[in-house]
This record gives sequence, structure tokens and C-alpha cells, in this order.
Amino acid sequence: MQSVISVSGVSKTYATGFSALKNINLDIRRGEIFALLGPNGAGKTTLISIICGIVNRSGGTVTVDGHDISKDYRAARSLIGLVPQELTVESFETVSSVLAFSRGLFGKPANPAFIEKVLKDLSLWDKRDSKIITLSGGMKRRVMIGKALSHEPKILFLDEPTAGVDVELRKDMWALVRTLRESGVTIILTTHYIEEAEEMADRVGVINKGEIILVEEKAELMRKLGRKLLNLELRNPLTALPAGFETYNLELSPDGNKLTYTYDNQAERPGVASLIRDLDQAGIQFRDLDTENSSLEEIFVSLVRRQA
Amino acid sequence: MNHRAVWAIYKVEMARTLRTIMQSVISPVISTSLYFVVFGAAIGSRITEVNGVSYGAFIVPGLIMLTLLTQSISNASFGIYFPKFVGTIFELLSAPVSYLEVVIAYVGAAATKSIGIGLIILATASLFVELDIQHPFWMLGFLVLTAITFSLFGFIIGIWANGFEQLQLIPLLVVTPLTFLGGSFYSIDMLPGIWRTISLFNPVVYLVSGFRWAFFGHGDVAVEISLGITLAFLALCIGVVGWIFRTGYRLRT
Ligand SMILES: Nc1ncnc2c1ncn2[C@@H]1O[C@H](COP(=O)(O)OP(=O)(O)OP(=O)(O)O)[C@@H](O)[C@H]1O
Ligand SMILES: [Mg+2]
Repeated sequence: MQSVISVSGVSKTYATGFSALKNINLDIRRGEIFALLGPNGAGKTTLISIICGIVNRSGGTVTVDGHDISKDYRAARSLIGLVPQELTVESFETVSSVLAFSRGLFGKPANPAFIEKVLKDLSLWDKRDSKIITLSGGMKRRVMIGKALSHEPKILFLDEPTAGVDVELRKDMWALVRTLRESGVTIILTTHYIEEAEEMADRVGVINKGEIILVEEKAELMRKLGRKLLNLELRNPLTALPAGFETYNLELSPDGNKLTYTYDNQAERPGVASLIRDLDQAGIQFRDLDTENSSLEEIFVSLVRRQA
Repeated sequence: MNHRAVWAIYKVEMARTLRTIMQSVISPVISTSLYFVVFGAAIGSRITEVNGVSYGAFIVPGLIMLTLLTQSISNASFGIYFPKFVGTIFELLSAPVSYLEVVIAYVGAAATKSIGIGLIILATASLFVELDIQHPFWMLGFLVLTAITFSLFGFIIGIWANGFEQLQLIPLLVVTPLTFLGGSFYSIDMLPGIWRTISLFNPVVYLVSGFRWAFFGHGDVAVEISLGITLAFLALCIGVVGWIFRTGYRLRT
């Protein structure tokens, strides 16, 4: 599939000397929902800010729909809508006027009917003449989304759209994001909620300490998620996997004390019972056993920890 | 040219002016009237004429310049500083607008406002004294040129400033003294020799002088010099703004 954003070799060193991004390579596919995960300070906002033109990169190139973000910044930026992490809106303007302003800023002709639609989609139509300062935090968050949508972007960045947002609104947002995706908008979101990535994303990228450490299809990750591990602590250490167990997805720990069986717990016959029977027949005894789920969260945490 | 963006920014800036119409317009009018009372009436009773012009009329160009300068600087510096301060600047930086468009919009709005105020002061002044403007075209020309130049200057201050104190600092420490010492209320010919020479290093002298020439047909220095100095300062400001934008100074991290 053709990529709509192509980041290659991008690095960022802030004026403080802090290296926030190191040689980032990332391709975003047209029409996908891409979730960028990473702990605080990983560089998510920095990366988004570079693509959107808010922060200057120290090295590398970025193209948006084939347009270089520096040489051809007008074409590149006019495709992008950004909902930043911080809530920053002009307090004394009205809701509909800030949306109209954003549309104009992006060079689009005034279109009150479209603004009306956006406001209705975001349940802000009743508030259209209210000053921003009179709105709640969740409403302001929606105003920020409305501003980003007001100029009909083809690519939408949502930097922690659901931070500090109640369950109801979060569900509304997810629904909105899906509708946008159906209309062909590419969506890149950052989040700390792994469930959110699981729920929404087509692909997931994990960034830590300024480096992309994983980019994978969510379906693939879900497959891993659907897996279970059975850990068997052996009474007597083994030097190698016994013969006759090749059909099982078994792994022996380096010290030979632990056997790990990975299986699909959704499967008709997970094979746990037969494995234990077969081990018993082969005379392999175990002291203890436990099972665990491999979740996206775990993958994420272990990836991040391994790097640290 | 993304003219819609320029228009959108311009409109928002002008709307802000209209929202604060009281502070924007009333206060300069009141302070000008007070200047008239204090300088015009009190000093005017002692100095009746300067170069054949009644003292009351003589101070009008200087008063307008004084307000034009301070208003242009404060409007433009606040206009660009505020989005930086509250963080809404992100949208401007992520929008498909060129630096030139940003400058045209912000400086244009600031200049429009201060020109408007300048004209209001002129109208207020004409209630107090009889004014017979010799070169109305040049008068407007100097008005517009000065408004644009000092709005650019204010824009630079707004980008440079990292806090509200800094925003006030240059206008307070540099611009106000220069305007008061710039011959707004007197002709520098009235000063003793050494002070006259020192005054010639004050750029405001040239602005006021040129403006006064447009009103009365003569100023402290030749009008060509006034025009030249004003244009030179304009060019300097354009140069600095160009440099700021080339380097992203204090706008993009
Ligand atoms: N203007 C700046 N000057 C210096 N360092 C900065 C600046 N902005 C960000 N950083 C640093 O860069 C790193 C990455 O910051 P960034 O905001 O991109 O993280 P993030 O992944 O978005 O984190 P979070 O999940 O908390 O939003 C952090 O260590 C941060 O302290
Ligand atoms: Mg962030």
C-alpha cells in the first residue's frame, strides 16, 4: 500500500542539547489508523510536531503525500489537521468563529454548512455562539478537534485525544474517528491507553527514548494477545527438548529448569491436557505450573523495559 | 498567496480591537485631550507661536506621532505575543501560510488600528485648534509609513519577548523617552546647541519633523531627510523580520 507520510532518518536535538528523536524511520499508510504508543517523554509529540511544521527537525526528511514538508510546505500542511495534546484555544472567541478562523487559515473558502456539520458531529452545535472560556474541558477538547476538522484534512493527528476525557466522550470520539477513516482520512493518534490502541488502530508503533522500537499490524499483535503461555517448572533440569515433543510449541529456558508452552487459548484443542499427559509418559516431572496472557500491554512494557 | 489566511488573521485581530474598543480608542482620545489641556493651555499661554504656528496647533503632529508610535508597537507586539503566550501559535505554525502572509496580516491589523486612532486624534485635535494641513497627501503618507514601520518594530518585540515584562520593557525604556525627547512638544531649534546635536541622533525627531512639515510646510530637518530616515528604519525592521523568519528565531523550537 502507498504510504501517505514518509519519515526517514529524522532526528531532533533541542536547544538544551537533549536528543529527543534519533534516526526515526516511519511510513504511514493511506487511510489507516496508526497508534503511536510510548511512555512520557518518548518523543511522540516531538515527532508529530515535526511532521506538522511546529518544530524544526535537526536532520532527515519528511514527505506528506509526496510533498516535502520544507520545500513544499503549503501543499503538505494543507492536508494535515492537528489536535494537539495541550488545550489551547482563544478564550474570548466563540466556538463557531474559531472554527471559521481555522478554515480560513488553511486557505479554504468559508463554508458555514460544513462548519455546521462538524459542530453537530461533535455535539457542539448548541454551543456555537458560546465563548470558549465558558466551556468545560471536554467541550474545549472537542473544539480543538472541530478546528482540526474544519479545513477538511486528509490526515488527522490526534495527540492524546482522550486524556482527561470521560468514558462517554471517549466512545463518541472513537466513533468519530472510525467515521473519518471510512471517509478516507488517515489518522495518527498517540495514547497512553493500550486498550484504545487495541480498539482503534490498524497498526501500532511503539516509540521509546526517541527511537521507534516496533511497528506492527494490530491484527498480528492481537494474535499474540490471543496467546497464552504455560510455564512448567521442572523438577530435574533438561539439557535439550525431549524427542517426540517437536509438534508442541515448546521452549526450554537456558538453565533447563523451565519449559514454556505457547498456545492459542481460543483454539478448539489448546493441547494443554495432551502435553501434560505426554510429559508424564516421558517421565518429565514438574514442581509447579502457571499460565499467563501475553497482552499488548505486556509486549509494550517488556519492549520498553528491555530498552531501558 | 494564501489570501484567505491573511484575511482570517486580520479579521480576528480587528475583532479583538473592536471588542476592546473602549481601551483601544477612548483612552488615547482622553490622554490626547489631557495633553492639550496641559501642554496646549498651560505652556501655550507662554509660548504663543512656534515658527508662525500657534503652539496648540504646533503640538498636534507630535501628539499624533506619539500615539501612533506607542499604539503601533503595543498592538503588533501584543498581537503576536499573545498566541505565543497562550499556545495558540501552534495553529499558525502548522498552517499553510508563509511568513510574509503572517507579517502582512498581523502588521496590517496593528497598523490599521493605529492609523484609525491617529485619525481620531486628529479629529479630536481639530476641535481644540484650527488646523490647515498643507500637504494632506504627505500627511497620510507619513501616517501610514510610520504605522507600518513601528508595527513591524512591535512585531519584532512581540516575537523576542519571553514575558509580559519584556513586552513592556522596550516601549517603556526606549520608545517613550525617545518620543518625549523627539520634539513632539517643541522644536529642537529651541534647544541649546549641544542638546540639539544630541537630538539629531533620535530617530523620532525625523518622524515628527517630517509629519510636521506635512502639516505646516516646515520641520526641524528637511523633509527628504525625514523620509529617508523613516524608510531606512522600515528597511531595517523588514530585514530583522526576514532574519527572524529565516532562522525560526523564538517561533519554532
Ligand atoms: N522545547 C523543548 N526543549 C527541550 N526539550 C524538550 C522540549 N520539548 C520536549 N522536550 C523533551 O523531549 C522529550 C520528548 O518530549 P515529547 O513531548 O515529544 O514526549 P511525548 O512522547 O509526547 O511525551 P508525553 O507522553 O508526556 O506527551 C522529553 O524528554 C522532553 O523533555
Ligand atoms: Mg506528548
